Amino acid sequence: MTWMTKPKMHHPTLPKNQVGYTRRDYEGKVSTLCAGCGHDSISAAVIQACWELEIQPHRLAKLSGIGCSSKTPDYFLGQSHGFNTVHGRMPSALTGAQLANRDLVYLGVSGDGDSASIGIGQFVHALRRGVNMLYLVENNGVYGLTKGQFSATADQGSASKKGAINTDSPVDLIGLALQLGATFVARSFSGDKAQLVPLIKAAIRHRGAAFIDVISPCVAFNNHTGSTKSYDYVRQHNDAVNRVEFIEGKPAIEVDYPEGSVLDVPQHDGSVIRLRKSGEDYDPCDRIAALNYIARHHAAGEVVTGLLHLDPEARDYHQHLNTTRTPLNALSTEQLCPGAEALEQVNKRLR
Amino acid sequence: MHVTDIADPNYFHKVVDCQWACPAHTPVPEYIRLIAAGRYADAYMINWYSNVFPGVLGRTCDRPCEPACRRVRVEENNGESPEPVAICRLKRVAADYKSDIRHRLPSAAKSPNGKRIACVGAGPASLTVARDLLPLGYAVTIFDADPKAGGFIRSQIPRFRLPESVIDEEVGYILDLGAEFRGGQRIDSLKALLAENYDAVFVGCGAPRGRDLDLPGRQEASKYIHLGIDWLASVSFEHVDKVGPRVIVLGGGNTAMDCCRSARRLGGSDVKVVVRSGFEEMKASPWEKEDAQHEGIPILNYLVPKAFLHEDGKLTGMQFQKVRPEYGEDGRRKLIPTGEPDQIIECDEVLLAVGQENAFPWIERDLGMEFDRWGLPVLDEHTLQSTLPNVLFGGDAAFGPKNIIWAVAHGHEAAVSIDKMLSGEDPSERPLPAVQLISQKMGIHEWSYDNAIDPDQRNKVPWAPAEQTLSNIGVEVELGFDPALAVREAARCLNCDAQTVFTGNKCIECDACVDICPMDCISFTEDGEEPDLRQRLTAPAQNLTQDLYIGGDLKTGRIMVKDEDVCLHCGLCAERCPTGAWDMQKFFLEMTHAGPKCRTPGRKAA
Repeated sequence: MTWMTKPKMHHPTLPKNQVGYTRRDYEGKVSTLCAGCGHDSISAAVIQACWELEIQPHRLAKLSGIGCSSKTPDYFLGQSHGFNTVHGRMPSALTGAQLANRDLVYLGVSGDGDSASIGIGQFVHALRRGVNMLYLVENNGVYGLTKGQFSATADQGSASKKGAINTDSPVDLIGLALQLGATFVARSFSGDKAQLVPLIKAAIRHRGAAFIDVISPCVAFNNHTGSTKSYDYVRQHNDAVNRVEFIEGKPAIEVDYPEGSVLDVPQHDGSVIRLRKSGEDYDPCDRIAALNYIARHHAAGEVVTGLLHLDPEARDYHQHLNTTRTPLNALSTEQLCPGAEALEQVNKRLR
Repeated sequence: MHVTDIADPNYFHKVVDCQWACPAHTPVPEYIRLIAAGRYADAYMINWYSNVFPGVLGRTCDRPCEPACRRVRVEENNGESPEPVAICRLKRVAADYKSDIRHRLPSAAKSPNGKRIACVGAGPASLTVARDLLPLGYAVTIFDADPKAGGFIRSQIPRFRLPESVIDEEVGYILDLGAEFRGGQRIDSLKALLAENYDAVFVGCGAPRGRDLDLPGRQEASKYIHLGIDWLASVSFEHVDKVGPRVIVLGGGNTAMDCCRSARRLGGSDVKVVVRSGFEEMKASPWEKEDAQHEGIPILNYLVPKAFLHEDGKLTGMQFQKVRPEYGEDGRRKLIPTGEPDQIIECDEVLLAVGQENAFPWIERDLGMEFDRWGLPVLDEHTLQSTLPNVLFGGDAAFGPKNIIWAVAHGHEAAVSIDKMLSGEDPSERPLPAVQLISQKMGIHEWSYDNAIDPDQRNKVPWAPAEQTLSNIGVEVELGFDPALAVREAARCLNCDAQTVFTGNKCIECDACVDICPMDCISFTEDGEEPDLRQRLTAPAQNLTQDLYIGGDLKTGRIMVKDEDVCLHCGLCAERCPTGAWDMQKFFLEMTHAGPKCRTPGRKAA
């Protein structure tokens, strides 16, 4: 960690967004993670994305569990709401918060231990319910806080820092998310903000369960030869299926790209996710084809990144449950507690 | 772009903006740290080696370092008003609070080397030549028309800005090295001086002629009209001790500011400065203008003098034409009469401070020395030799009026030329500076300099009460920083000499430095041409006077680009770097002065 606080001084030309904040206003405390941790880059990407989206900091809630990843909400969006749950229980706290107040932006931050081990049961249910959130996993394949044991996402055959080989098969969080019906599924790399920032922006604006698995190298315990989650390995094996551009409002028509290489996917709020395909033809709207593609390329040792699945018809948990549009804190006591007579009516219907 | 060659001494030197801007290249951040640590004598000695007159300059320097100070650019949009570190006044702290340093000065040469040098004029340029050459065994003789050494330092700068004791002390350090000072001896003939067979002659006689203003009434009222620099010298040597109550000072330079403030103290109750041009275009340093206005002296602009008005041989006032500026297509300013009636300003005396010119009536034109069409000697700008190679020029005598710190810089360079020339070497081969680059890492997050960034605005130097200073020309106006205030001001220094040194083959491109940098200085990107590259960095690099530091050797084939412009030198990039690819290294550059080090084989850069 760094002892000195980051100076308040900023670049003289640092711009403000439409809601009056500079990018620096979206920062949090100085990180206490190891120097060079991929998680810090993800924090920087979240800061950049929220600034660009012009989210008012007090209209966002960040929730996390336990672990290196789950510490990071302390290092960004210092003026937003925060909730640090017990280990692996972030999804249920987030679900409850979303049900109580649908007007906030929900950012769930978790790690491979928090989501693929102790919290896997919570993880799967939040996704299959379609809770409107961005569920961000900072995935480094090791338990960094306890000195580098393999986590549940470590690839079979990959080596620990001391040379031990992982014999267990990995939990594939992307595969799970696709199977469970998450309507926005992406994978990215902490060392590639050009890819990560637009993905975070699109995911935050997506109404439904958005999941991003970010490979985030652990510099202290998992950045060596033999690791499949090191800076070098991910850079060498990165297979980006597309580049995402998130466009708020109606996009200009592209003229200089060959037909078929750009796909515009309109979103419910009028924004557009623009995908520039790269290489092999990849249709992110085809969930089953995506599953196949990712499994095939993973077997070949490649790390597939980009927007892997997007359901243009996404619906969220509120729509499933037909809940009130008004946040609970804005309802009157009479509306929340309609009285014994109303209860009697409800009970009557159930008899 | 090419990967930056940090072995080039100029690269990091330019990053230390203050040192780069200083004609003598004084290592400013180094001495500011020593002042903060209370090591005044050490801070003084660093200054003394570099600029020879720390006590004098700490009060009077034209401070080219301050407008260059990075703090100004950094405070842009970050504070109320961007201001540089008070470098000059911190220098004074070192001089004011040092212990006795005489034992740390070089000693007079034990045995002479047989070479004789004559210096014409005992101002800062000549004294610097003497200081550099005396310890090497040269016999240096300094001639001056005035009885005491110091030149313009003694004769032109009013005592309320510079007490005589400071001049005596610092001039004394040099004379004590064994200089032969011949005060009261004006050199009237270079031919005669050369006939005395000196091995080299250094001309450091300043720019001793004030420009006159030939207007109607000039002759008739001449008793009440004075040339500013001559008048200041008369004040300094106490030949003049009073002035009429109403005084007009003509001119907008620092001499005009010294004139008006001196007049204010010698009985001038209604002193005005009148300038032809606009207030903003005046040559005087902004702080000198402020100081004059602070003492209740108005500065009237866009008034062109037309005549001195007089009655019965007595000056009664001046007539001015009102003008306004107009800018032609070539961008040049013209002063156009406004057509309003002329303005009459009543006065008892006028001080002319409308410029100075060099004059060398004492140099015979048949010596073979070339002069240009302005009557200035033709000089080699590096060696400062005239077309007579053993006659060198420095200070105001070389290229017209500048200031003390330029005179010192010329003195050092001339001394190098003389030492090389008289050692049988080619003076045009200039010695490289001595450069050190040393890691400041003390622990994982500890540096041997204070890397925390102080948000304070510039601290004001306390002044003596006006009723004391305005009634006595001998009372120094500025009291100087006390040690506590000096520590606070020193904390504003960004330690620009603590360089961010990048080693590409250690970098894993984790972006930690990019993310932590408070000023968005660092980018990792595809290579490109500089103008394009400057536009696509984390923050656009708009200041073209500041270099981009380019690092290569990265695994992805990208380049590291650091815009040096507003770097705080806080070291956070190095603290957050997991592999030590960034390190904070102290860059220490010392100019090579006369002596064995300036001779071949020349020293190599670090």
